[in-house]
Amino acid sequence: MYEIRFHGRGGQGTVLASKILAKAIVEEGKFAKAIPSFGFERRGAPVAAYLRSDDKIIRQATNIYHPHCIVCLDPSLMRTVNIFEGLRNGGVWVQATKKSIDDMGPPTEVSRVGLCDAFGIALKVFKKPITNSIMLGAFVKTTGLVSMNSLFNAMESVAFRDADLKRNLEAAEQGYEECKVYDLDRKEPL
Amino acid sequence: MKQQALPAFDPSGIPDDLCPIATDHLELRTGDWRAERPVVDRDRCVKCATCWVYCPTQCIIEKPTWFEANLEICKGCGICSEECPHHAITMVEEREE
Amino acid sequence: MGRVIVCDGNEAAAWGVTLARPDIVAVYPITPQSSLAEYISQFVADGILKAELIDVEGEHSVLSVLQGAALAGARTFTASCGQGLAFMFEPYFRTPPLRLPIVMSIVTRDGISPQCVWGGQQDAMTVKEAGWIHMYCENAQEILDTIIMGFKIAEHPKVMLPVNVNHDGNYLSYGVERVELPEQKDVDAFLGEKSINWHAALDPERPMGVDPLTGGAGGAGPALFVKYRKGLCKGMQNALKVIEDVHQKWAEIFGRAYAALVEEYCLEGADYAIVTIGSMSGAGKDAVDLMRDRGEKVGLIKVKTFRPFPIKAMCMALSKVKAVGVVDRSVSFGWNSGPLYQEVLSSMYFLNRRVPTVSFIGGLAGSDITIEHFKFVINITAKALAGNIPPEPIWLNEKCTLCGD
Repeated sequence: MYEIRFHGRGGQGTVLASKILAKAIVEEGKFAKAIPSFGFERRGAPVAAYLRSDDKIIRQATNIYHPHCIVCLDPSLMRTVNIFEGLRNGGVWVQATKKSIDDMGPPTEVSRVGLCDAFGIALKVFKKPITNSIMLGAFVKTTGLVSMNSLFNAMESVAFRDADLKRNLEAAEQGYEECKVYDLDRKEPL
Repeated sequence: MKQQALPAFDPSGIPDDLCPIATDHLELRTGDWRAERPVVDRDRCVKCATCWVYCPTQCIIEKPTWFEANLEICKGCGICSEECPHHAITMVEEREE
Repeated sequence: MGRVIVCDGNEAAAWGVTLARPDIVAVYPITPQSSLAEYISQFVADGILKAELIDVEGEHSVLSVLQGAALAGARTFTASCGQGLAFMFEPYFRTPPLRLPIVMSIVTRDGISPQCVWGGQQDAMTVKEAGWIHMYCENAQEILDTIIMGFKIAEHPKVMLPVNVNHDGNYLSYGVERVELPEQKDVDAFLGEKSINWHAALDPERPMGVDPLTGGAGGAGPALFVKYRKGLCKGMQNALKVIEDVHQKWAEIFGRAYAALVEEYCLEGADYAIVTIGSMSGAGKDAVDLMRDRGEKVGLIKVKTFRPFPIKAMCMALSKVKAVGVVDRSVSFGWNSGPLYQEVLSSMYFLNRRVPTVSFIGGLAGSDITIEHFKFVINITAKALAGNIPPEPIWLNEKCTLCGD
């Protein structure tokens, strides 16, 4: 079972991102279960979404406390939320940021990082800071959990609120292209 | 800037598992949620107060020759920029620090 | 096998309703049911759900309208929870004695106060004595399937009772997973002809008085009242067999088998078991598997049908173990424990054997019941088997940690 935790702010499409990825996973013949965090749903408030992926049926309907992978859709969220809480050793971190890897300071649990200036791409493609499609592209580049083709198929069946499908597909493609993936040389503690 | 005629209720003598009441003010900086902030061109602003009327959080404050948003509260919705008849307000991306 | 979609529990419910082809639906939105109401409205607007959608000003009107519709012969559906369910209580508790086969989803929500918009089961548990059938679902697929089955159960001539198909607010309502949509023609064949108001009707062709004044201190009244009460009880008892038969038929046609009343999970060779209800059962089963791997002889008993309470099936399950830990997602204030816990204790009377039983209360106000919580529940229940029985209920989310202390 692979456990992914999405972090973002309300209105950025964090929950929709987890739903799209769930569709892509099911598209590839696997099972997925995605649950949003339950707090105050206001634009700008921190939200999280929990997504499990597995080859067999996933029974538990619970939040994720020990993710394998963190996807953060907002560059400034780290300042107020500990997005790495419970991350497993050898974890993967996909982050929306325009900073370089040297400025990021990933914790020791992280062994692979994907960085993407999602805000920049979003403002170009959508004129709005909605980073979910872009970050899904970045996620695929960083983890390869699903193919971009499955991601595109998944996006086709979704009703996007803020922009049409074509722009979302374009955004995902750009997220994939521009995402830089780093494998960190970490000694894993026993 | 507390304007209270009466002191807040003192809950210290009451069991904390009785009726759910709240007596502490929570500092919630809605300005922290912004992705973009409004920037006013002070030369264009004529103080028509349209932005002040439309602001959903009523955070527009009056200055000598212009209006601007109180950035502690402003959530960056962009309505002021959209409504300003003189196109004096531009939405600018909040930079990450 | 039908189309596969990926959707949340509320959308799955909307699909279940659509496939059952109701004539009239009326819904009023309330968190966490709101998206269910929205999907229904969208499906009606898109022509997918060919029902008349009645726009009402509040839940009291929702069920009042549907009572009238059912008496006129319409197949009907609605959904509500929490304060909405409270607002509809007046027509709600009148529906079973009128024997109207209305199907309603309760997207269970905790009770306020304290002010709360998140999942729990307090709302559905509070109304358990009104005479509706209550079934609790574990996942989105079960929601869709059970709503369709709900119509068949409700409309069965030996039942004729309204059915609540309950699913946990938040975790199931907004939890997204893979769901198979059955084919419409198979659902049509499964449900057969609708049978709504053969027994009581608002129909100028067959004039009758529905629900005349009954009872009183003397005359024929009280005996008449008793007769109707016994009739309702009979319908409830008949429902036990009908629910099983309907689930059996569902498994035959659609290939998905569910334990209709009580599910026994890993009870072979178990010394003790945990009892669960609703979506928590998923994590519960995972925890049982983990603990079994560690050599613990533990199993799980899941209650699907809560009303009528399946006493025989529960006793059958209880007879296999020597201690139980019951996890409730709601509170019985008068008994300082959970409602499911009491039902388990009462069932034991018919078993003629008392086993140590522990009451756990968790998952209130949208909080999580995790595999870690269940490991803790299993450990405490094992200790109860050894004679250490907690005198008070154990509240799982008291300290905001992954497991209680």
